[in-house]
Amino acid sequence: MKFLKAPLLAIIALAALGLIFNFGLNAYFQLILLFAAVNCLMSMSLNLVNGYTGQFSLGHAGFMALGAYFSAYANTHWDLLPESVQAVEYFIYALGGGLLAAFAGLLVGLPSLRLKGDYLAIVTLGFGEIIRVALLNMDFLGGPRGYSGIPGFGSFLFSFIFASVWLVICFFTIWRVMHSTYGRGFLSVREDEIAAEAMGINTTSMKVRAFVLSSFFAGVAGSLFAHFTNFINPSSFTFLQSVNAVIMVVLGGMGSMTGSIVAAIFITVLPEALRPLQDLTGVDLRMVIYSLSLILVMILRPQGLFGDLELSDMWRKYVRRSS
Amino acid sequence: MSDVLLEAKNITMQFGGLKAVDSLAFQVKQGQLAGLIGPNGAGKTTVFNMLTGVYQPTSGAVFLEGQSLQGLKPYEISHRGVTRTFQNIRLFKGLTVLDNVLIAGHQHMRYGLFAALLQTPHFLQSEKDLHDKAMELLKIFHLDTKAHEPSCSLPYGEQRKLEIVRALATDPKIILLDEPAAGMNHSETHHLMETIAKIRDQFKLTVLLIEHDMKLVMGICENIIVLDHGIKIEEGTPQKVQGSQKVIEAYLGVEEGL
Repeated sequence: MKFLKAPLLAIIALAALGLIFNFGLNAYFQLILLFAAVNCLMSMSLNLVNGYTGQFSLGHAGFMALGAYFSAYANTHWDLLPESVQAVEYFIYALGGGLLAAFAGLLVGLPSLRLKGDYLAIVTLGFGEIIRVALLNMDFLGGPRGYSGIPGFGSFLFSFIFASVWLVICFFTIWRVMHSTYGRGFLSVREDEIAAEAMGINTTSMKVRAFVLSSFFAGVAGSLFAHFTNFINPSSFTFLQSVNAVIMVVLGGMGSMTGSIVAAIFITVLPEALRPLQDLTGVDLRMVIYSLSLILVMILRPQGLFGDLELSDMWRKYVRRSS
Repeated sequence: MSDVLLEAKNITMQFGGLKAVDSLAFQVKQGQLAGLIGPNGAGKTTVFNMLTGVYQPTSGAVFLEGQSLQGLKPYEISHRGVTRTFQNIRLFKGLTVLDNVLIAGHQHMRYGLFAALLQTPHFLQSEKDLHDKAMELLKIFHLDTKAHEPSCSLPYGEQRKLEIVRALATDPKIILLDEPAAGMNHSETHHLMETIAKIRDQFKLTVLLIEHDMKLVMGICENIIVLDHGIKIEEGTPQKVQGSQKVIEAYLGVEEGL
């Protein structure tokens, strides 16, 4: 059970952090934190495709929507387990939402990942829109009115721990995959497809694997989102949401997991943190500052905040330089 | 003729109206060091691309140990034991020297994704073995000290060498070298000749190489195939090829008015 040690420690640490937040922050900040967690899942999973594998997916919100609606429907219609172990039930539904999204990822990925570059962006963009429009027209899922009354945890602490569990699962899954031969396969696809094929890498299968795994966690993110907001509607999963995920990946640095996390938190918190400014000046400058800061980062650090390095790499570099 | 490793049977490659290679037939024997030469644009790299599945021959087929490679994807051909280097270096530039070699070992890894997630003993052992093997290979080529440097930071000659190491890491039966000495100076070329002879003997490999450096080709190749305008004009030992009127004409042109 050695493989569980680090993830368990991480969950415990995050839970302790949650306990502090539980008493230290008001409900508003707590909700932002939960959204940050959802965005972390989105950016980490998208980083797998856009960062590590070098493909360009623009339909991440579509997969998120699948997970969200699956969880919403399952939670209101099915009753698998007794009330006392509700969290386990939520976990199973999140898993189900993830698997549904992964299956959709497989369907979209198999034909389209044979294409190169921009074509994939167009196909995934189309897929995201198809999902959204389909949801708009599905009356049993609320259509444009949205899906309300999704049960949640009721308390911030439990929500946060639930999110932490999934964050840790996502992080360690991707981290370990990236440190295996499959991860190196993903990277080789990004670096040079022709050379990768000549070295015996089935590049199409590598891309599909990355895409399916990425879709899975996007579905999980959607499921968490549904639980945290208790209400979802198709306009939560527009093209903008997909672009947002891309921004987080690019800002954090393509191919850096920790970069994706930092960027996701940054992007979620920044617009909210700028709210007091509006009270001060009387003008809503939030989006202006938000976009300016993005432009600034891209000018000053075109490779993203972390480049393709992880926090641990940077720490090692720092130690080496100072010694 | 059981010792024929690679055989091209009348392979033709047509790009629109251009016949880049015209019903070319040749054999490479087990353990042989063969050379493919010809003036610029003769279709040498096209031949390599057909042998490795990058292009499907318009007609004809390639056989490895008597089995047809027709319709196989490049990665499948690599799994069969044909590997190559590239004329214009195609390393995984952003990755470290070691990663470049590890990636080539992918086809021999036998664990699944879940083994990696659960960090099973089998996974850890396979990774360690792969790592050790890669370091050993790098050591043979004196690249082990640079294992953790990004591969794009290597000097040109070493990048070429790393391409060979990477190709060797796939455990091939035959290695195709596309102009391994391009851009190298005299001493580097000389060193490379030794390296190629060494890998043939040490890894019991068959080598087919494209080269412009005649000294290198004549120095180490046992059998030379000369290509001009997609057609084989001569084949044989270095002495035979050197003396061939057709080859001289292909390289220098026909003397007129005499």
